[in-house]
Amino acid sequence: MKNQNFMSKAVAAMMAAAMGASLVACAAPAASAPAASSEPAVEAQAEESGSSEAAGGVIKIGGSGPLTGGAAVYGNAVKAAAELAVAEINAKGGQQYELHFEDDAHDPEKAVSAYGALKDWGMQVSLATVTSAPGAAVAPMYQEDHIFAITPSGSSLAVIYQDPDNATGAYGNVFQMCFTDPNQGVASADYLAAHTDLGSKVAVIYKNDDNYSSGIFTKFKAEAEEKGLEIVYEGTFDDSNASDFSVQLTKAQSEGADIVYLPIYYDPASLILTQASQMGYAPTFFGVDGMDGILTLEGFDTSLAEGVYLLTPFSADATDDLTVNFVKNYQDKVGGEIPNQFAADAYDCVYAIAQAVDAAGVTADMSASEICDAITAQFTSMTFNGLTGENVTWAETGEVSKSPKAVVIKDGAYVGVED
Amino acid sequence: MQFISYLINGLGLGSVYAIIALGYTMVYGIAKMLNFAHGDVIMIGAYIAFFAIMNFGLPLIPAVLLAILACTVLGVVIERLAYKPLRQAPSLAVLITAIGVSYFLQNGAQLLWSSSTKVFPAVLPSGSLQIGDLSVSWLTLITIIVCVLVMAVLTLFISRTKTGRAMRACSEDKGAATLMGINVNFIISVTFAIGSGLAAIASVLLCSTYPSVYPTLGSMPGIKAFTAAVFGGIGSIPGAFLGGLLLGIIEILAKAYISTQLSDAIVFAVLIIVLLIKPTGLLGRKLSEKV
Amino acid sequence: MTKDKKGLSALFSAKYRGRTASYTLVILAYIILEVMRASGNLSSLFTSLLVPVTCYIVAAIGLNLNVGISGELNLGQAGFMSIGAFTGICVSGRLAASVPAVPRLILAMIAGALLASLFGFIIGVPVLKLQGDYLAIVTLAFGQIIKSLITNMYLGFDENGFQFSFVENTCKLVPGGKMLLNGPMGATGTQRIATFTVGVILVLVALVIVYNLMYSKSGRAIMAARDNRIAAELIGINISATKMLAFVVSAGLAGAAGAMYGLNYSTLVPNKYDFNTSILILVYVVLGGLGNMTGTIISTVVLVLLPELLRSLQDYRMLIYAIVLIVIMLLTNNEWVRTRIKLLQKSLSGGRKASAGKEDGKEAA
Repeated sequence: MKNQNFMSKAVAAMMAAAMGASLVACAAPAASAPAASSEPAVEAQAEESGSSEAAGGVIKIGGSGPLTGGAAVYGNAVKAAAELAVAEINAKGGQQYELHFEDDAHDPEKAVSAYGALKDWGMQVSLATVTSAPGAAVAPMYQEDHIFAITPSGSSLAVIYQDPDNATGAYGNVFQMCFTDPNQGVASADYLAAHTDLGSKVAVIYKNDDNYSSGIFTKFKAEAEEKGLEIVYEGTFDDSNASDFSVQLTKAQSEGADIVYLPIYYDPASLILTQASQMGYAPTFFGVDGMDGILTLEGFDTSLAEGVYLLTPFSADATDDLTVNFVKNYQDKVGGEIPNQFAADAYDCVYAIAQAVDAAGVTADMSASEICDAITAQFTSMTFNGLTGENVTWAETGEVSKSPKAVVIKDGAYVGVED
Repeated sequence: MQFISYLINGLGLGSVYAIIALGYTMVYGIAKMLNFAHGDVIMIGAYIAFFAIMNFGLPLIPAVLLAILACTVLGVVIERLAYKPLRQAPSLAVLITAIGVSYFLQNGAQLLWSSSTKVFPAVLPSGSLQIGDLSVSWLTLITIIVCVLVMAVLTLFISRTKTGRAMRACSEDKGAATLMGINVNFIISVTFAIGSGLAAIASVLLCSTYPSVYPTLGSMPGIKAFTAAVFGGIGSIPGAFLGGLLLGIIEILAKAYISTQLSDAIVFAVLIIVLLIKPTGLLGRKLSEKV
Repeated sequence: MTKDKKGLSALFSAKYRGRTASYTLVILAYIILEVMRASGNLSSLFTSLLVPVTCYIVAAIGLNLNVGISGELNLGQAGFMSIGAFTGICVSGRLAASVPAVPRLILAMIAGALLASLFGFIIGVPVLKLQGDYLAIVTLAFGQIIKSLITNMYLGFDENGFQFSFVENTCKLVPGGKMLLNGPMGATGTQRIATFTVGVILVLVALVIVYNLMYSKSGRAIMAARDNRIAAELIGINISATKMLAFVVSAGLAGAAGAMYGLNYSTLVPNKYDFNTSILILVYVVLGGLGNMTGTIISTVVLVLLPELLRSLQDYRMLIYAIVLIVIMLLTNNEWVRTRIKLLQKSLSGGRKASAGKEDGKEAA
C-alpha cells in the first residue's frame, strides 16, 4: 500500500500544479473573448494578409466535427472541403474569410466545448457541426447567442427543431445543406413504390444506434406501409457488432427479399455487399446519400457495387466543370482521396454563406448577431446553385429543398436514372 | 439446415475471437495484467498487411509474415517501454498505461494513415463449399482451420519446449522461476511477442471476413475477445479457445433467433450467468489464496 | 494489519485533514470561478465545462469508493450514470410544465440516484460474490447490458399519459406529445436546467457521504479487508453488507451525476455511456490516487481540461493526451522520481513533523 500512498501524493502534487496552470489558462483567452463576440474582430484584420485590406477585414467562420475517433472520416472531409472553399473565395479577392475548425469527436459534450472555443476565437458565422447528435446539442446555443449556422451534414430534425417529435419550434437561424433524414426515408419509399420492377419484397438493414440511420428507417417504414410496400425483414446492427452481417443477410434471403434497403453509411454497406456476394445472395441493393463514397473506398472491389441504386445529391464522377474542378482541387489538397458527399456539402455551405454575405452586403465589422439577421433573411429568399444541387432553396425552418437524385452504379460509375 | 449454417458462421466468428483471446490470456497468465492495447495491435497488423499487399504487391503469405513480424516487434517494444518500468507498480497503474497505449496507437494510426476506411483486399479464396443444401464459405472454413492449427501449435509449444515450460513456471510463481534460473523479463517479452504475433494472424483473418480497415478497428473485437478470455477462464489457453468459440456462436445465434438489437445484451448476460455458476470461468483454476 | 494498528492513533488528525482539504478546495474553486464568471473573465470554453466537470467529479468520487476503498475494480460506472441521466431527463421532461427549474433539477437528481442505487443493489448481489478481474468483467458486462437496453427503450408522454415500448417503437403520440426516450436517439429537446452551483453542492454532498462512510467503523473494516481479506475474515470482520452499501452508494452518486449531466445538454444519446466513459472515469480515479478524494477531484479537473487546453494542437491533440497519460503513469511509479519528490516534500514541509507525511498517506491507503 505504501507505493500507492506515495503515488497518489506525487500525482496530487503534480495535478495541483497543473490545475493552477490551467486556471490561469482558462482566464487567458477570455480577455479577447467578450470583445470578439460582440464587436468586430479588429485585431484579426491587422494580422491578415494584404489582400484583406481592400475588402475591409475577414469574416470568421467556425465549425466543429469529429477529427478524431470513429467518425473522424466525416469531420476531416468537411474540414478539408471547407478550407478549400474558403481559399478559393479568398483568392477571388472579394470579401475575405477565415476558417477555424474544432474537433468534437462526435460527442455532444465535446461539441459544446468546441462551440465555446469557437466563440472565444470570435466566430461570426458557423458551419455548425458535421454530425447530428452534437448538432442537436449546440443548436439551442446558436439561437441564444444569435449566430448564424448552416450544417453541411447534420441531417436529424433535432438539429433545426426544438421539438423534433412534432417538427415544431424551429430555431430559425440554424440551416441544413443536406436532406433531413425523414425526407430521405420518404423519398426512398416513394421511389421503390413507383418502380416495382426492381422488386416487391423489401428487407431493411439499418444501424439502430445511429440517429441518421434510424431516422431514415422510421420514416421509410411509415411511408412504405402507406404506399403498400411489403417489408419482409428488418435487421439491425450497432457499433459493437458492425462487422458480421451473415445473420441479417441469411434472414433477408430466406424471407425472399429481392430488395435490400440500406439506409446506412458506405463503410458498413461495403461489408454487406462483400458478405452478400460471398454467400451468393444478389438482390437489388438500395442506398441513401450515405452510400455515396462506396466507389472511392480505397481497395474496394467496385464490381460488388454493380447495380446498386442510391439517392444522392452529389457524385464525384459527374462531368460538369464545378464537380470536376472541386474533385481535382480536393484531391490535390488531401493527397488523393476522392471527396464524398460530406465534403461536397461543406464546400457548398461555404459558397452559400459567401453568396448570402455578398447579397446582404455584410461586412466583417458587423457583429455575429447583425450578420445572423442579414444572412438569415438572404437564406430564406435566395436560390443557390452548387455541387449538391441546382436551384436549392431553404424554408424558414432551416430545411433545405433540393431533390435527391436516384442513380444506379454501372461499370463502376453512377448513372442517372429516369424518374 | 439454417441452424447449422448459423452455427458454422458462429464458429468462424468465434475462431477470430479465440485467436485474439489467446493473446489476452497468455499475457494475463504470465504478466498478470489486462493488456487493453491488444485490440489495437490487431489494427496495426491489419494496416501492415493491407499496405504490404496493396502498396508493395506482396502475396498473401509474405504479407502475413511481415504483419506478424511488425506486430511482434511492436508488442515487445510496447512491453519494454510502457509496461516493464511498471513491473512493481500497482496493477491499476499498468491498466491505465495500457489504455494510454491504446489511445496512442489509435490516434497515431489516424495521423499516419488517415481516418478513412480502407477495404482489405480479398486475398483468401472467396466462394463457398456446397455440401448438400449447406453452403459454407471458404473463408469461414479457413478461419476455423487456422484457429485450430494455432491452438495446436501453441499447446505443443507451451508443453514441449524449454521456453514454453519456462512460461508455465513464470505463470505459477515468478519468484521461484527466477530462483530456478529463468530470465523472467525475457519470458514476459516472449509472451508479448507471441500474443502480438497471434494478433497479426487474427487481423488478417478478421479483415478477410470483414474487409474494413480503420483506426478504431481493434477496439470492439478487443473487448469481445477479452470477454471470451474471461468466459473461458482468464490465464487458461484452452479456456480462451473455448470461450472465443462459444462467444461467437452465442452472438450469432442470439442475433438469428432472438433479436439483432439485443444480441450484445444477451452475450453479456450469458457471461454473467456463467461466472455466477463458475466464478473463475469455464476452464479457469480456482486459485487458493495464501495468507 | 500492523499498519492499521499503528495508524489508529494518527487517524484523527489524518481524518480531518483529508476532509478539510477537499472541502476547502471545492469551495475555493467555486468562489474563484464564480467571481471570474461574474466579472466576465471566464472564457466561453471554460464556462461550458463547469457543469460536466462537477458531474465527472461526483461519478469519480463514487467510483473511488468502489475501487479505492473497497478495492473492487468496477468497469461499469458509466452504466449507472446512464440510468441516472435518462431517469433524470424523463422526470424533468414530465414535470417541465409544473415545477420550476431548480427544484426540478434536484428532484431529477434524487430520482436518478434512487434508480441507479436500486440497480446498484440488484447488480451488486451477483457482482460482489466474485473477485478480482472476474468482478471487473461482470461490471463491464452490466455496463454493456444497460447501454444495450436503454438503446432499445422508447418512452413517450402526451396528454393521455405515458406510452412505453421496447425494441420497436410503437408509441403513437398525439400532436404535442413528447418522446422522452427515443431509443438510439436518446433524449432530444431536453431543457437545460443544470447549473454550476447545484453541481458544486452535489460534489460537497458526495464528499460528505463518502467521508462518513469511509471513516465509519464498517468503512475501516472494508479497508482492512481490502488490504488483507483473509486476515480480516480470520478476525471475524463481516464486510459483505458494508461492501454492498459502498457499491450502492457509488451507483447512486453516479446516478445523481448522470442526471445532472443529462440536464446540461439539450440532447443525450445512450451511446455516450459506453465502455470508454467507464474507463475515462476510472482513469480519473487511478490518477488521483486510490482512496484519495482530494486527488480524485484534482485529477478529474485536470484530465477534463487537458484535451481542451490541447485544442491548439489540432490533429495531434489526442495523441499528446495519450502520451501525457503514459508518461504520468511511468513517472509517478518511477523509483528515481519518487525519491526526488520525497526529498522535495521533506524539505518543503520542513517544520512539520516527518510523521505528518505518513499520516496523510494513511488516508490514501
